[in-house]
Amino acid sequence: MKAVILGGTKGMGRALARRLVEGGHHVFLLGRHEEDLARSVADLSVRGAEGASQVGSAPCDLEDPETFTGALDAADTALGGFDTVIVTAGLFAVQARLEADAELARRVLTVNFANTVVFCEAARKRLLSRGGGTLCVFSSVAGDRGRKPVAIYGASKAGLSHYLESLDHKFRGEGLVTVCVKPGFVKTGMTAGLSPPPFAGTPEAVAAAVLTAIEKRKPLIYTPSAWRWVMWVIRCLPRFVMRRIGF
Amino acid sequence: MAEPGVRNGEKVVSWGRLAGVGQVVSSENLEADSQGAALSRGLGRSYGDSSLPARPGDKIVQTPLSDRILAFDPVSGLLRAEAGFSLVELNRLFLRRGWFPPVTPGTKFVTLGGMVASDVHGKNHHRSGCFGAHVTWMKLRTADDRIVTCSPHVNTDLFDATVGGMGLTGHILEVEFRMERIPSPWIWMESRRVPDIDAYIRGLKDAGPHWPMTMGWIDCVSRGKKLGRGILMAGRWATPEEAPRDPPAEKRKLRLPFDLPSFAINPLTVRAFNELYYRRHPRKVRTGIVHPDSFFYPLDAIHDWNRGYGRRGFTQYQCVLPDEAGLEAPRLFLELLTRLGGASPLCVIKDCGAEGRGLLSFPLPGTSIAVDLPIRDNTQAVVDALNAFVIDKGGRIYLTKDGFTRPEHFRAMEPRLPAFEAVRKAWDPEGRLKSAQSVRMFGA
Ligand SMILES: Cc1cc2nc3c(=O)[nH]c(=O)nc-3n(C[C@H](O)[C@H](O)[C@H](O)COP(=O)(O)OP(=O)(O)OC[C@H]3O[C@@H](n4cnc5c(N)ncnc54)[C@H](O)[C@@H]3O)c2cc1C
Repeated sequence: MKAVILGGTKGMGRALARRLVEGGHHVFLLGRHEEDLARSVADLSVRGAEGASQVGSAPCDLEDPETFTGALDAADTALGGFDTVIVTAGLFAVQARLEADAELARRVLTVNFANTVVFCEAARKRLLSRGGGTLCVFSSVAGDRGRKPVAIYGASKAGLSHYLESLDHKFRGEGLVTVCVKPGFVKTGMTAGLSPPPFAGTPEAVAAAVLTAIEKRKPLIYTPSAWRWVMWVIRCLPRFVMRRIGF
Repeated sequence: MAEPGVRNGEKVVSWGRLAGVGQVVSSENLEADSQGAALSRGLGRSYGDSSLPARPGDKIVQTPLSDRILAFDPVSGLLRAEAGFSLVELNRLFLRRGWFPPVTPGTKFVTLGGMVASDVHGKNHHRSGCFGAHVTWMKLRTADDRIVTCSPHVNTDLFDATVGGMGLTGHILEVEFRMERIPSPWIWMESRRVPDIDAYIRGLKDAGPHWPMTMGWIDCVSRGKKLGRGILMAGRWATPEEAPRDPPAEKRKLRLPFDLPSFAINPLTVRAFNELYYRRHPRKVRTGIVHPDSFFYPLDAIHDWNRGYGRRGFTQYQCVLPDEAGLEAPRLFLELLTRLGGASPLCVIKDCGAEGRGLLSFPLPGTSIAVDLPIRDNTQAVVDALNAFVIDKGGRIYLTKDGFTRPEHFRAMEPRLPAFEAVRKAWDPEGRLKSAQSVRMFGA
């Protein structure tokens, strides 16, 4: 696999990148901070030493769509054409802050939805131009139902999930597999301020599940997998019940 | 409202289940997180209060998300990594490539930062010294929020105070140390029963020159002639010819060579348990190849075994008795322990080599004894009495295990303390870095 990862320096993206290099795959990281990228490239290079995988990086900022083309060009050159694009990057903030700070809300909506879609479109075109590949994007269970505690963040992810489903319907026949990952609560730096529910996942377990999903060409996975049933119940609840509960 | 990455009023618990409350910060960016923080903590495997916040408002950095390897040179063996990098990962990645850390404590659930701050020792202390002896470079955030590097040649005062300094001189951000080349990832081990404590001490001293790694489990409840009987283990890395062809499989749950009591730990059960443990070992010397995890980390096999001690938790009392105190000092120690009723299911004994350069490093040439003490109403009195004995013999205790030693006792057993305090003061004149332990023990 020749994978480009946007967001591979932290959390679930970091765990996924590590698994990939340990499996001998080539990995190219995209991210905002050069220093952070360099440190992750060093880490992956040492970890991948046995599988002789190749690791590189280029700057790319989800807040700035102007950086997308250059970043994908760099990945193409370094990897000699990639076949997999993974997006784990995103912005999270708690509802109270988003309600209080309109600028932050705009950023979350733009980064998680509009700009991620723009990035995926650029990646999709490149993959399709060479016959297809895999586009694996991290959305969230927060987008499955309108919920009080994640009104804004959830909306951004709902839009993204919707887009990814459409993409999979539209292009699978042409060889592009879209994998939408919906993590439930996963213990990362991003969620460190929140108290974890009973079946909180670890980035390592998520990475393993995501790799399997990519290999099996699954269009949608919930991880930890218990969330699939939790969200099924939540989706079935009538509105008047949703209104009353704080979930 | 909680911000991502910050937990206000979070309860922090040590391995011995002592608890404190702080403002816990953790992310992949240790350098940023450590700004203005009072203390760093790794995987919380210290038994006592050294990784607990001094006051509820204190900002505590949790390092394990900062776990990147920054460089590895397969020629020199130099490895540089972020301080939250754990020994579990290190071993998972490097054992099968023929490398091992020069020193490992008895659990692999520790971070590099924690290993340096405690200047951990292993079964090879008589040969290889403490972990700090193999550290070639460190990057720290000091109390005044500067980023500083230190090594055995640069900012040496800071280096010497940080090694074994329990996090009080700065937040360790990165560590570089020299890994050891190993001929195979398997251990050749020899073990035998030892009938009493005096034979034990002789056995350890005799084995030292022949074996790179030695240690023993002793029965510290039996009295009289059986006092201090136990099992002495010695090991070395197996040669490629001796070693099995396959690398050791990653075992999730290993089986201990005995069953850990999950029921109430009382003198009776402890006695029965020790009897069994001793008798399970054949009379004759046992030799063979063993999995490195069973040799180095037998206790890791059971997750959360510290819960076996119940809600009140336990403390570990670990001291070193210098050789000058005489070969009978360990026996006198055990006699005192049994008189005090400090029944401990297992007690670990180890002989220590030369003192390292860390200003507060624990080992000195002599015998180290570690016993678990379930916390009871009389625990303070037991620790006080043991400390009085240790001071009398010129020994000292291990800070990373301690939660009960009185400041005046520590001062009496630690002639190097003024030197450490001077360096700490020079780098942190306002006393910003502190832990529950430092306030208890050093008054700040
Ligand atoms: C089963 C078991 C067996 C053990 N066997 C041994 C043994 O054989 N030999 C031995 O020497 N020890 C042994 N120990 C003790 C253990 O090795 C130490 O307590 C070690 O420091 C724990 O590392 P940690 O990452 O969990 O650190 P913590 O427990 O989280 O912290 C320990 C100390 O290190 C400081 N610290 C941690 N990270 C940093 C950082 N980045 N910067 C500055 N300060 C930092 C903390 O402030 C604290 O003072 C054992 C412990 C257990 C539970």
